[in-house]
Parts: sequence; structure tokens; C-alpha cells
Amino acid sequence: MFERIRVMLMKEFLELKRDPWAIFRLVAPLVIQLFIYGYAATFTVNHVSTVVLDLDHSQASRDLVSHFPATGRFEIVDNVTDQRQLNRDIDTGTAVAGIIIHAEFERRLLNGQTAPLEVVVDGTNSNTALIALGYVSQIVTVFQADYANALRASSGAAPGTVSVSLQERPWFNAGLEDRWFFIPGVIGTLALMQVVSLTAFAVVREREMGTLEQIMVSPISRVEFILGKTVPFFIIGLVDVALVTGLGAVWFHVPFVGSPFVLLFGSSLFLLAAIGLGLLLSTASRTQQQAFALNFFLVNPFFILSGFAFPISAMPEALQWFTFINPLRYFIVILRAVFLKGVGFAVLWPDFLGLALLASIMLGVSVLRFQKSLD
Amino acid sequence: MSGAGGQVAVAAREVRRHFGALAAVDGVSLSVNHGEIFGLVGPDGAGKTTLMRMLAGVLRPDAGEIVLDGVDVLADPEAAKARLSYMPQRFGLYEDLSVDENIFFYAELFGVERKARKARAAELLEAAGMAPFRRRLAGALSGGMKQKLGLVCALIHTPTVLLLDEPTTGVDPVSRREFWGILYSLRESGVTILLSTAYMDEAERCSRLALMHEGRVHDCDTPARLKQAMPGVLFAVTAPDPRAVRAALEDAPGVLGALLMGDRVNLRADSAARAPELAARLHERGVAYGDIAQVEPGIEDVFVALTGAGAA
Repeated sequence: MFERIRVMLMKEFLELKRDPWAIFRLVAPLVIQLFIYGYAATFTVNHVSTVVLDLDHSQASRDLVSHFPATGRFEIVDNVTDQRQLNRDIDTGTAVAGIIIHAEFERRLLNGQTAPLEVVVDGTNSNTALIALGYVSQIVTVFQADYANALRASSGAAPGTVSVSLQERPWFNAGLEDRWFFIPGVIGTLALMQVVSLTAFAVVREREMGTLEQIMVSPISRVEFILGKTVPFFIIGLVDVALVTGLGAVWFHVPFVGSPFVLLFGSSLFLLAAIGLGLLLSTASRTQQQAFALNFFLVNPFFILSGFAFPISAMPEALQWFTFINPLRYFIVILRAVFLKGVGFAVLWPDFLGLALLASIMLGVSVLRFQKSLD
Repeated sequence: MSGAGGQVAVAAREVRRHFGALAAVDGVSLSVNHGEIFGLVGPDGAGKTTLMRMLAGVLRPDAGEIVLDGVDVLADPEAAKARLSYMPQRFGLYEDLSVDENIFFYAELFGVERKARKARAAELLEAAGMAPFRRRLAGALSGGMKQKLGLVCALIHTPTVLLLDEPTTGVDPVSRREFWGILYSLRESGVTILLSTAYMDEAERCSRLALMHEGRVHDCDTPARLKQAMPGVLFAVTAPDPRAVRAALEDAPGVLGALLMGDRVNLRADSAARAPELAARLHERGVAYGDIAQVEPGIEDVFVALTGAGAA
């Protein structure tokens, strides 16, 4: 019995040795995923992009604003002069948080009155919004103490109470419901997993069964074959998105304030990119098992690096760059924006452009790689 | 559309294909006439499949020319594909589709019109003895039936040239006979057939043969003429222990080769007059034998003699 086990082991290791990709397949996914999880999978909220609307232009307001970047939690990306500009920044996703300091802020503080500080957060990511609001209230507490000390030091007068009242305005998701945040993301994630694997397996299956060789000797062209093979999955993908969107809206009561047309357009681009990715996988796999392994290896990082659960802004910069080649990243932005913000092409065009570029590159490369010959 | 290439249906000139350092096909030239059943005979690894794939236009040669029914396959593979049909060792059938559905799929792929398809499918299925199984899933067919369905699919667009790569490997003798029946009737309807086989008995059924060995084609002729061209004569020596006979005679003077054939040894010698000499040698060595008789060579003997392949 021992002998037989030993010979089995020898055979297994010999096979591994003969297959130069085996080590890569066995080790690389683990290592890479460890790094991705280690760095990207964090609920910590850092570098919250913030827009400031300072209507007071006073020493106190500047002092308060300077407290924000000092902690490393917030990054001021824009200083605006009116509410309209601030709204635009939040709509486009340029900023996730907006700080509004109204006129008379300093005068009220000096008079011992309560000075209001308005904080707008993009509630589409309920988690980030909640944590950011927590940070704001910490900063406000520190500011109150600092400002009171400063007043005492300069005037020597008895400390009056310095009181800033925080007015929180979570937009798009007033209740900061995390379901509203997750469900649009789930739609994209499920569609990606479904369509990439269906496409990859279907093509590799033809190769395994020998039908691909048969198709190659027929007069069908490469593009015709690829279209015939992928159009069904495109349709399945659209039905998937429609179904899950409907369930999200009707069953889970996630508001759908945007235009279905914008969603349809975004879904189409996204599905084209996903099909392109599936085709690329299929050209790199000879068997369905290889396709399965590759699929698992790719889809997981795409999921983590999509902003579905973990804010991209909190990731190390190198990983942030990687998210740009991730179709899910763009689609999740589009999904959340269409569901919760109701914005359209005017605001989302960079994401549509990103998806369109990815889709054309992936489809183009896979069509080129898909030779209608056995070389 | 047939006859565009005159008498010659398939012509290959100095076709070469390397895989890494291995010359799978090493300068093959052959020409197949219209209406022939042309056999490509050789052991596994001789380069038959590689050559077939190049003829079918799915694999590009490193060098050489291929003209199929008047179409330059390398310059215009798609035009060639409309005229030929290529059936690999394992024809790719959709196992989840029925017999009829597979035929429909391949017919559509080749742009066969509906009416023509129905008539042709009925005729082919009838000839293949598969008419009662039209609704059966391809995955549920026996090995021989799958191969026949493959042939039906391959023929649905009425090609002028049919390329078959070891079509009967793993097929039972009865199905094999039926398969050949279909091939003969195809030839009568004017289809040129080029098939490869490792079965020597099957080679005898071809109108002409090419003997292929280690990437090269050695001889090209009718089975009868190839047999005549075999240098020397052939003796069959029956014996209780054929191995002992081979050991005693393979280096005897005048013996060109010895091939074990079950209960006998096929011995190729330079002259029919060697028989008494050989018998005497067996007596001398004390090797028991039944009979030494001059026999007609089979294709296997010819193959070994002409290609210089190691005795099996």
C-alpha cells in the first residue's frame, strides 16, 4: 500500500514538474490575493476627498478647515465659492464629503453662540459616509477645545463656551442604509462572474469537444463565430441585470431614481467588456479546468478592487491604478449613481468612456488572439 | 464546381511543417485525382494528421504549395473550405444535440439551403443506416454511429473533396464495413476521398496509396503495383514458436526482413529459390516449423520493405 502511495506521489510531482505553469497556477494566485486582501480589503476610510465651501472667510473658518487634512483622513480636493459648485463635485464623485461653513461662523463663536457647521456626505457608500461623519465629529471636538484654548491665551479672558453644532446631511441615502449601498454593487458583481465564466467555458468546451476544429474548416468567419458565441451571453447578461435591478428596487426597496436608459447603456458596455474578458480567458485555456482556475483567479481581485465593499480611495496608490483596468469599478459607479443619485451621461461620461475603452481593447485583443487555425 | 482543377483534385508540392525541432511533415508532394479513394498509410506519428490539417487549411505549412479542386488553399483557405470537408480523428459533435440538430447546425454553417438539406440529410442518413436514430442525442450514440454521424455532417454541404483522418479508428468491424460502403457510393457520385489510416487491411481498399513514414511520403501507387514493386519475394513460415524462427532466419543470407505475424513469420528474401536453404537452416538449428510457402505480400509487408521502418 505504501509503495502505491509513493508511486502516486512521484507521478503527481512528475506531472507538476512537466507543467511549467503549474507552480504559477498553484502559488501566484494565493500570493497575489493575499496582497490584494491585505492592502485593499480595509474598512478604514482614508483620504476622503473633500470639497470646502467657506462662506465666512474668517480666521476661525480657516482654522477649522485646516483641521481636516491634518488628520490624514480627509483630503481637500476643491475649494468652491457657492453651493452649486459643491453640489456638482458631489454629483460627479469628485468629492465624497462637503464642508459648508456659513457666514458669521467666527462672530457666533466669539459671541458664545452655537456656530453651525454643515457637512454633506455622499451616502451611496453608506459605510464610508458613516465613518467620515464620525471623523468629522472628532475633528469638531478637537477644534472646539483648540479654539477655546487659543481664545483664552490671546485674551486672557475667562473661557466662554465654544460650540459648533454639526449638521449632517447624508445625500442620496438619508438613512445611510447599507443595503442601498450594497445591492447596486451586487448586480455588477453577479453579472461579471456570470458572463465571464459562461463565455470562457462555452468557447473552451468547443475546443475540448473537437467541435472548434470542425467549425474552423467551415466557411464561418472568426467574427461570425465569436458573435454567434457571445450574443446569447450578452442577452443573458442584460436579462440578469434587469432581473436583479427589479428585485433590488421592488423587493429590497432600493430607490431607483435614475434613468433606465442610462443603466441599459452602461450595462451593455459592461457586458461587452465582460465578454471580452471571458474570450481572453478562453484563448488562454485549453481545458475547462484551466479556464475555471483562471476565472477564479481573476474574478476575485476584480471584485475586491471594484469599490464594491472597500473604498478605492483608501487603497495604496499602485492598487488604485490597477482598478482602472477593472470594468467592475466603472460599472459599480454607474449602478450606484443611477440608482441613488439619478445622474446621467453628463456626470458619468468618464466611467462610460472607461468601460467603452476596456470593452474595445478586450474584445479586440481576444478577436485577434482567436485564430481560425490550429497553430 | 467540380473539375475546376482538371484531372487533379488535390495537389501538394514540397509541403513542410515543423513543430519546434521536429519535422512533422518533411517535404511531402502528392497528387490525388478526381474520383479516387486515396489512402495515406503510416504508423502513428508519421505526420498523417499534420498533413491532413494542412490540406484542410486549418494549419499553415512552413513551406510548400497546396491546390485543392483548383483553389490555392494557402492563398484562399476560405474558398477551399466550401469545396472540401475535413473529418478529424474525432469528429466534433454536439453531444447535447440530437442527430438531426447536429446535421442542421453543420448544414447552416456551410449555408446549405433548407430544401437541399432535407433531401441530402435523408439520403445520407439512409445510406448510413441511421434513419431510425434521428432524434437520438449524439452523446447517446455508439462509437461507430458517432463516426457515421460525423461523416453525414461532413458531407451535408456536398463537398467535392473529402479528407478523412483515421475515420475508422476505434470503430467496430460491422460499422467499419458500412462506413466503407458509404465511401464507395460517394466515390461513384464523384467525390474525391483522401483518407489516412494505420490499418493495413483498410489500405487495401484504396485505389491508390501513399506510404508515409517519419514525415515523408515514400511511394505512391495502387496497392497491387506497390506489392509488385516490393523488392524480393515473401515467404510465410508457420511455426509453434515464430520468435525462434525469426531469430534463426533474420540474418540468414538473402533475407531482407522478417516480420512477426501472429502464428507465422513473414520473411522477405531476395529470391524464391531461397526456400530450401531456409528450411535447411531451420533443421540445422533445430527450430520446429510447419510450412514455408511463398505468399502474396500484404500492404504491411510492402510498407516495411519500402519505408525501411523497423519490423513490428
